[in-house]
Amino acid sequence: MNRTPDAPAWEELVTTALLGTDRRTPPGGDPAREAPVALLDAAAVETVRRRAGLLPARAADRPEPAPEDARPALPPAAARRLALLLADRAGGTGGGRRGTSPDLMELLPQWLTAANAHGYAAPPQMLPALLDAARGRTDLRPAALRFAGTRAVWLARLNPDWRFALRATPGGGTALPRPEEQERVQRLWREGLFAERVALLAAIRAREPAAARELLATTWATERAEDRLMFLDSLRTGLGPSDEPFLEQALADRSRNVRATAAELLSALPGSALAGRMAVRAGACVAVDRTRDIPTITVEAPHECDPSMERDGVVPKAPAGRGERSWWLGQLVEAAPLGTWPGRLGGRTPAEIVALPVADDWQAELHAAWCRAAVRQRDAEWARALLGTPSAPEAGGPGAVSLAERAKLLGTLDAGERAEWVAGFIARHGLSEAFQLLGVCAVPWAAPLGRAVVDALNIARDAGSYPWSFSGVMGLAERCLDPSEASRLDGLLAVPDEPEDASPGAGGYWAEAFQRLVTTLRLRAAMIEELNGTARAGDQPTRAERTAQPPETLG
Amino acid sequence: MTQQGVRWSAEQVLALAPDAASRKAGGKLGAAGPWSEAGSTDEGTVWGLCKGSGSKPYQTVVDIADASGPAYKCSCPSRKFPCKHALGLLLLWAGGDGAVPQAEPPEWAEQWLEGRRKRAEQKRTEGGSGSPSGSADPEAARRRAERRAEKVTAGATELEQRLADLLRGGLAGAEQAGYGLWEETAARMVDAQASGLAARVRELGAIPSSGPGWPVRLLEECALLHLLDQGWLHRERLPEDLAATVRSRIGLPASPEGTPIRDRWLVLAQYDTADTRLTTRRIWLYGADSTRTALLLSYGAGGRAPELALPVGLTVEAEVSSYPGAGQLRASLGERFAAPVPTSIRPPGMTTAQAAARYGEALRDDPWLDSVPVTLERVIPTPDGESWQLADAGTDTALPLTPTARSRPGLWKLVALSGGEPVKVFGECGHRGFTPLAAWPQGTGEAVALC
Repeated sequence: MNRTPDAPAWEELVTTALLGTDRRTPPGGDPAREAPVALLDAAAVETVRRRAGLLPARAADRPEPAPEDARPALPPAAARRLALLLADRAGGTGGGRRGTSPDLMELLPQWLTAANAHGYAAPPQMLPALLDAARGRTDLRPAALRFAGTRAVWLARLNPDWRFALRATPGGGTALPRPEEQERVQRLWREGLFAERVALLAAIRAREPAAARELLATTWATERAEDRLMFLDSLRTGLGPSDEPFLEQALADRSRNVRATAAELLSALPGSALAGRMAVRAGACVAVDRTRDIPTITVEAPHECDPSMERDGVVPKAPAGRGERSWWLGQLVEAAPLGTWPGRLGGRTPAEIVALPVADDWQAELHAAWCRAAVRQRDAEWARALLGTPSAPEAGGPGAVSLAERAKLLGTLDAGERAEWVAGFIARHGLSEAFQLLGVCAVPWAAPLGRAVVDALNIARDAGSYPWSFSGVMGLAERCLDPSEASRLDGLLAVPDEPEDASPGAGGYWAEAFQRLVTTLRLRAAMIEELNGTARAGDQPTRAERTAQPPETLG
Repeated sequence: MTQQGVRWSAEQVLALAPDAASRKAGGKLGAAGPWSEAGSTDEGTVWGLCKGSGSKPYQTVVDIADASGPAYKCSCPSRKFPCKHALGLLLLWAGGDGAVPQAEPPEWAEQWLEGRRKRAEQKRTEGGSGSPSGSADPEAARRRAERRAEKVTAGATELEQRLADLLRGGLAGAEQAGYGLWEETAARMVDAQASGLAARVRELGAIPSSGPGWPVRLLEECALLHLLDQGWLHRERLPEDLAATVRSRIGLPASPEGTPIRDRWLVLAQYDTADTRLTTRRIWLYGADSTRTALLLSYGAGGRAPELALPVGLTVEAEVSSYPGAGQLRASLGERFAAPVPTSIRPPGMTTAQAAARYGEALRDDPWLDSVPVTLERVIPTPDGESWQLADAGTDTALPLTPTARSRPGLWKLVALSGGEPVKVFGECGHRGFTPLAAWPQGTGEAVALC
């Protein structure tokens, strides 16, 4: 607050008080009283006078109001739930055994996704807690910021702790110009900050791929190498044959990373000249030898990496420990369109090709390259062939590929097929290797997958091991199992009689883990109901209500 | 009351926690997992069995509708009050997802309730037959009060001497003297049974290290302490109201004397401040019909949470009696007639200029007052350099926030709630600035606690 102008008397009092009345005589004052007491008397009067005379300050420039959030408000029960989920974050989830209570923070991502699916607005007073949560967990940011809406961006401009919200939101929350607003687009593209330009390019690319490419071409020659790389990367969205001339030109770029990215993008266009050149090069290396009893694939890896290969993005220098020739082969096969192989290898289907024996130990190298090609070109048929049947006895499938590669291949299949494959894999091989594969399955898990996981957990319990060997899968199940499966778990909640060879006490811990699982599922069902606005305080939701939720609402 | 009491919010429940550790532990128990046979009644009783580490589950029961605040009973050995089980149970109940259905209390819970009812009945009949101890021997009480007054007078006289010495040598020397000097003087004031003087003396010790401008602040506080000493030493010449204010500022015990006012009291804010010895809880109430603002104080020693807890944003129909003293807002909560209910009542607000004037006027009755409770109508939280202010939407004046309010998370809640639009804000307005404690969004909507 503002003080009325200080009487000189007050300043004199302060000076005298600092120096002491022994050194300086206080002004005025009652001569009948001791000097320090007279000083205190006067100061008391002045203090109360100064405080009583306080005036409000002049107002600073008021902030621009936040844009209106037209989305509907959360149902009250859902708002209370959000407060609980966020409060759990504040409490922290320190170490220690988890017991039977659910991990609320882990449910926040689902809650946000479901709330976003409904299109609810975030309660303004919870935005700070929400932004703090998103600040600590980058995986939470996209959903949290979408839910938080424009007011969160407005807030983030006022608090440096939340700057990430400005970076993550295109244009820092100010509306990006639409592609048809030529002049604004041009100006922002010429004068904008790097992040703004990336956001602008991505936004235009999403709507009009050609316009974005043309915009990029106008300044391409003058951009810095690392910026060129980022801009080029945004062409991944909406990649099409018309991008080829531009990408071909980028193959001659000064920067090696830009060249490699351009080559990678071109190889994802099966009709491109680069893809054609790669098909020829790869085709020359791989053939079927019909002279043997069983037709066999023979591989003749390239003997050199010539400048034209290098120009097409082949990296000549192999990493330590790898032979140059197999390194080059892998890159050629990865970049060659998969569609050329049936013609090249005797009209066989992908499944038949994958089943062919490969001479001279080239199988691993060749199949791995096909896996990368299937992922890059998002080719479900090849992915299926390379994955093989999930119940195949060798844990690898015919592709003999790693779990990470299999997870990527699964990503090219549709959700239902993916779930079924993983369910089959778990039924055959158990849970010990399933974690990574479960991570790529759609949430909530489809019924066959959910059952396979529960059955496998049950088997693991009966085998007498401790539940924490499966804590990763358990955690996933809490978040991903369809809540309507909760009733199927009732039989697992009791502490079973301990078999003789079981680990001591394991049964109790399993019961606890299953209790937590069921509790979490019930909680998730309640969350969904609250967001639907169907929850009535104090009512036990009926089974029918619980199962009537479309599984899609939980993403 | 047969009507279903309103479920509390998680925040309201967590406000009951005695410390951060309990809040965290209670939060973990606020899910159906460990609970069984949980239930609640319309009358505001909640119970449940919580599986602990032992074989026998803990029996937890809470009575939230009790006139003297929530009461807890748990068979666990924890000394925290309420324990994590009671908090977890209330959170589960607040969650409202059907884990705590309506039911008849089981026998063990009913027994406890029965016991409480009997005690309450007894108290009521005793209360009717005159106040308990104390008044038994008025002569002895008068002698005790006289002895204490003599001690306080001795303490005040000694303090005057110390202040005079300080001013004789100069405040500049106080910077080097540090805490030691003041701690010792504060201890002397505790011996003199003048806890109000002791607290003020202790605060003096922190001023020299409080940043630029400390000599002004130190002189102000020394002068006000001197004023209080003088007020005590000459209390017989003061008007009765002011003398009562001096007595309560000195730290002499007082009891509520005003006639109880029955009203629907809106709970505006509840917040705790703690020093090493004591946790002080302040609860601001606004009477919907009487339009009075009242302050309830409650204390917890040794790290325990103060017992009184009210849900912010709801109204409680209750009796409140005020303490003696001019401009005294402190009151005590008497009988409560119903469980807290939601409300659309909001206290009427004023401009920033009126709020500043209100503080100035209040100093007439109590010159030691640091702040007054006010509600600001239509103010916009506005950044002002490193600091923040609440700016009138209609005029060009503003109240700066106090340094403590600037660093609290409540500031950001307030800013988010406003979004640059005018909001109604309740808080404390004083010479250090404004401390927001609760705010209401534009349009409808419950009060949002900011502390």
